[in-house]
Amino acid sequence: MRRFPALRRIIPAIAVGALVLAACGSDDDSGDAADDTGAPAGTEAPADPTESSGAGDCGATIDDGVLTIATGEPAFYPWVIDDAPETGEGFEAAVALAVAAEMGYEGDAVVWTRTTFDEAIQPGAKSFDMNLQQYSITEERAENIDFSLPYFTSNQAIVALEGSAAEGATTIADLKDVKFGAQVGTTSLAFITDVIQPTQDPFVYDDNVGAKAALEANQIDAAVFDLPTALFVSGVEIEGSAVIGQFPADAGGTTDQFGFVLEKDSALTSCVDAAITTLTDNGELEAITQEWLSDFTGAPVISVE
Amino acid sequence: MTDRPTRRERYERARRRRSAVVATVSTVVVVGALIVLVPLTPGWERVRQAFFDGDVFLETFPGLLEAFWLDVQILLWSTPFILIVSLLIALARNTRSPALFPLRAFAVIYTDVLRGIPVILLVFLIGFGVPALGLSRTWSNPLIWGSVTLVLSYSAYTAEIIRAGIDAVPENQRAGARSLGMTSSQTMRTIVLPQAFRKIVPPMMNTFVSLQKDVALVSLIGPVEILRQAGIDKATYANFTPYVAASLIFLALTIPFTRLADWALARQRARTGATTIA
Repeated sequence: MRRFPALRRIIPAIAVGALVLAACGSDDDSGDAADDTGAPAGTEAPADPTESSGAGDCGATIDDGVLTIATGEPAFYPWVIDDAPETGEGFEAAVALAVAAEMGYEGDAVVWTRTTFDEAIQPGAKSFDMNLQQYSITEERAENIDFSLPYFTSNQAIVALEGSAAEGATTIADLKDVKFGAQVGTTSLAFITDVIQPTQDPFVYDDNVGAKAALEANQIDAAVFDLPTALFVSGVEIEGSAVIGQFPADAGGTTDQFGFVLEKDSALTSCVDAAITTLTDNGELEAITQEWLSDFTGAPVISVE
Repeated sequence: MTDRPTRRERYERARRRRSAVVATVSTVVVVGALIVLVPLTPGWERVRQAFFDGDVFLETFPGLLEAFWLDVQILLWSTPFILIVSLLIALARNTRSPALFPLRAFAVIYTDVLRGIPVILLVFLIGFGVPALGLSRTWSNPLIWGSVTLVLSYSAYTAEIIRAGIDAVPENQRAGARSLGMTSSQTMRTIVLPQAFRKIVPPMMNTFVSLQKDVALVSLIGPVEILRQAGIDKATYANFTPYVAASLIFLALTIPFTRLADWALARQRARTGATTIA
């Protein structure tokens, strides 16, 4: 040890390292066999789910007698007007209140709360009964949470400043050299990386606010949002910008369907589905869409070849 | 002079050996207890799947490593600027001449303001705000303005460290230089600063390690560096293992640097003849 004093310091480190490796090895074997046995906190055993609506028939909510609906912080136009969903103004606010009414919760029995986009679609117990923030229904997300039936169908759309490299694009090939930006964890970002596949890596932001700021700072050529958001951004929020185009499914793009997010295996999911089916069948959902989104549905089509 | 160890040396060597054995045993016991007891907790399996998933780790690791290269680049080009700017600020702060008072005032304001504002705020203000004034595409690049933010913020901290180092150089050094007829700038350049820099190696290393992690803040304004890539992977896989993988990569960078600093410090202490128990 006198010749190699460093050895003295290494031996405890080696012992620790060997122990850790041994532990990791044995953990992998037992990992597959274990089930998730813990029940999610905050929900009771589901009541008998029926097709008819009515408070209490649907299953237990987090707070007895009250339906807790969550949305983003802040909630954007045209989904919620003035960040005040309890007024029922705005497409998503109106849809949420209509669904709640079908389920038997009205007026004071509906309570609003806020979450970030990300936390609601992570696995685990939730602080809400249902959440809506333009969540696209995807298989990956559905592994961790429950989606309701879709309440809206939207295409991806591109917003760019006038005179940018993206202007005048009619096919995906025209967009290959464009610098894109999008919000992290969204289907818009996945659309850029998987379908458009530009030559430059896109910039990624925590939220759409970052993407909009980057457009105005001339750091990106174009940002990708869902169509209504894109139309609002270009029409109202950023001067000198325009929606370059949208990508409908039949032109090879992807179509996003928005659904409510509920906790995995929630007792309320079937009730929410029943409510949405009723609203679709009696035309009320279409009426709400017309009322709040009629200004936000038209844009040129970009085809994918 | 023979090489036979003295009685004192043999005694001390035996004591060091014993303390090494005790250290090993106690470490093994503590780590062993953790490894045995933690998996017995009720939520362990879910936590393990959420944070230590082997498949997700293997799939995301190459992408994370690639994204980390951007962090390293930002670090490499920011550090020289931080050192230069902080040295200038520290020197400006130390001027005694009344004619240079505005310079001193500027340095004081610089360090106060830039240490007071959280780096996140600065990143958004400068990273989005400055390019929005109307710069061309190349000059708007968020990498430029993100790095500028890091340089501004960190140079305020390191300027104070350098100033402390300069103050720590004994006054007799300056007195001796004056009696030799050296000007104050010669004194600063050849006598004070070299000694000051030797003194401030530990806090500077601290700051450097902290900078390696704060580089991730540049991701707020767009560039996909390792923390952003881990966030994208987290959303894709609904799993936190990418963050664990990113932490390991960070450690792989910071630990060698801290050990290097310790070694440099020990070597310097040995050279100046300080007597310490190993």
